[in-house]
Amino acid sequence: MSKLRVRQAVMTAIADEMRADPSVIVFGEDVGAAGGVFKATEGLYEEFGPLRVRDTPISEMGFMGAAVGASAMGLRPVVEIMFMEFLGVALDQLVTEAAKFRYLSRGQVTCPLVVRTTIGTGLGFGSQHSQTLENWVTATPGLKVVTISDGQSAYGLMRSAIRDPDPVIVLEPRVLYAEREEVTTGEQGVIPIGKARVLRSGSSATVVTMGSMVGRTLAAAESHGLDIEVIDLATLVPWDKATVIESARRTGRIVTVEEAPSSGGWGSEIVAAVMASAFSEITAPPLRIACPDVPVPYGKHLEERFAPDSQEIGFQLSEFLSTNVVPAPWWVREGMHA
Amino acid sequence: MTTAGAVERRKLLRTGLQEQYRRMVEIRLMEERVNELFASGTIHGTTHLCQGQEALAVGLATVLEPDDVVTATYRSHGMSLALGLTPRGVLGEIMGRSAGVTDGVGGSMHMCDMSVGLLPTFAIVGAGLPVTAGAALAFQTLGQPRVSVAVFGDGATNIGAFHEALNLAAVWKLPAIFIVDNNMYGEYSRIDTTTPYEDLHRRGESYDMPSIAIDAMDVDVVQEQLQKAVDHARSGEGPTFIEAKTYRFAGHSRADTAPYRPDGELDSWLGRDPLAVTEGKLAGMATEAEIRAIRDEEAAALETLVTELQASERPGHDQMFKHVWA
Repeated sequence: MSKLRVRQAVMTAIADEMRADPSVIVFGEDVGAAGGVFKATEGLYEEFGPLRVRDTPISEMGFMGAAVGASAMGLRPVVEIMFMEFLGVALDQLVTEAAKFRYLSRGQVTCPLVVRTTIGTGLGFGSQHSQTLENWVTATPGLKVVTISDGQSAYGLMRSAIRDPDPVIVLEPRVLYAEREEVTTGEQGVIPIGKARVLRSGSSATVVTMGSMVGRTLAAAESHGLDIEVIDLATLVPWDKATVIESARRTGRIVTVEEAPSSGGWGSEIVAAVMASAFSEITAPPLRIACPDVPVPYGKHLEERFAPDSQEIGFQLSEFLSTNVVPAPWWVREGMHA
Repeated sequence: MTTAGAVERRKLLRTGLQEQYRRMVEIRLMEERVNELFASGTIHGTTHLCQGQEALAVGLATVLEPDDVVTATYRSHGMSLALGLTPRGVLGEIMGRSAGVTDGVGGSMHMCDMSVGLLPTFAIVGAGLPVTAGAALAFQTLGQPRVSVAVFGDGATNIGAFHEALNLAAVWKLPAIFIVDNNMYGEYSRIDTTTPYEDLHRRGESYDMPSIAIDAMDVDVVQEQLQKAVDHARSGEGPTFIEAKTYRFAGHSRADTAPYRPDGELDSWLGRDPLAVTEGKLAGMATEAEIRAIRDEEAAALETLVTELQASERPGHDQMFKHVWA
């Protein structure tokens, strides 16, 4: 147990895996001598040296492909894509190559690589550096996707991701990096991929969320006195259907809280699966609390309004639980947009 | 799965020009037969043929060791056969049969056999180059004396992955070889309409690595020049860029009859047919009858194979569920 910031939990997990397995290497833009622009790889270069911790050119397609080739030849690369948006120029290597190597080689070649990338709103980075974009990578069989929500999940999921035999994308909400908490390290702290975390028990609704929305949802439950079960999905692919559906059967309601535009968001997949499996036990329409279908705006008060905060989450949940009707989101209530 | 006997077939190439010629004939006949099978509707989908480019594939396969690795393209049949994959594994795959090297799941564009270093072939132009850099990075990091080779078309030199991979390989001094199979056409477009110059070795020079153009219609020249690049990489001196000057005798893909070629261009390259060039060299070592016998034997073997594969089993539907995740 150590008191760590989330970015330190990321670094500690990588360092622990690098000590345990000499095939783990790290590369990305400024991850070496500089320790990463978010300091999530600080100290690795000093401990493991330039052969295992490499700075790359600003060349995401090139070094993502290099991760594919290196992983196919026996290394376990952990690459950092500084902002999720930068994955756009490297996506071919991930979705068309890494995700297909096992399939097209009939198991001869695998790509045990980890893509770490930072996501989300909250730091004033504007439209091209603030999206979560998990839906870019959730519809490609062959990839696994996890999202960290606190220091423990940063540590525990990162270690599992590095050990995993398939390509894993680790989404890190950068707004959480500075948060500090007790983290269990070592084997006790490892969180398996594919297992959701039930963080709060409740009987009136199952609220599934991820990343930076986890803390806000827990805060909303407290501030609004809600009897809800809060599940940190943690792994988006393959997601923990058993835990979520069992909970929804018990509570009779399914809600998702998402830090992304509503259309095409991951919550649609969750509610479709729950409704299909547990229709007769669900007593209300599904509710998805999400963002409007617009790019992320810059101005502080605009950005803060874009993603659900604990006030909006609490308000929508209270309305929903008392009426059994899906409430309008703020932009409809305030007549901004349909 | 791997092709039984691939390593042995690979070793045969080192016995000399006669086996290299036989392999080039095997590739040529396969491509011609595949074209017929697609044209007659016996096989569905599309295909990309490599007649005219056999000497590069066979020359490369001769100088590499089986544990060196190659990224190749969707124009994959010739490279696969040259590296050692069997005609049964390759044609079976093209025909979507269980006998195929990737269980009939991959198809014409996707061959793979790691026993002879063939990574899953790439159907995205340029995508293999960064992977080649990454494999070379692994060899460098692990201290293994292996070489990583990318073979790609001239069209790939205009895509970002090409430039990013060459840059990485140069700045990290990786044991890599980049070979542009310059057949002068990117799909249906001639190089002069897409690229400011035709001598593509100049692109390697701009990344500060040894860069040469070679006559890739002559299998001896190919071996001699590639051996130097292999030695350079294996001794830790970094990457080499090679422009292999070849010509695509067929169109881009199944649907393309290549009406866009300037008059006389094909004829002039047919005069440099790598099979004819090799026959000229063999003239002093084998009789005309012996050379003809090689062609006849390969043709007969191919017909037997086509008949066998047409009657062979198709993969079960369960195959599509295998090897998605570990």
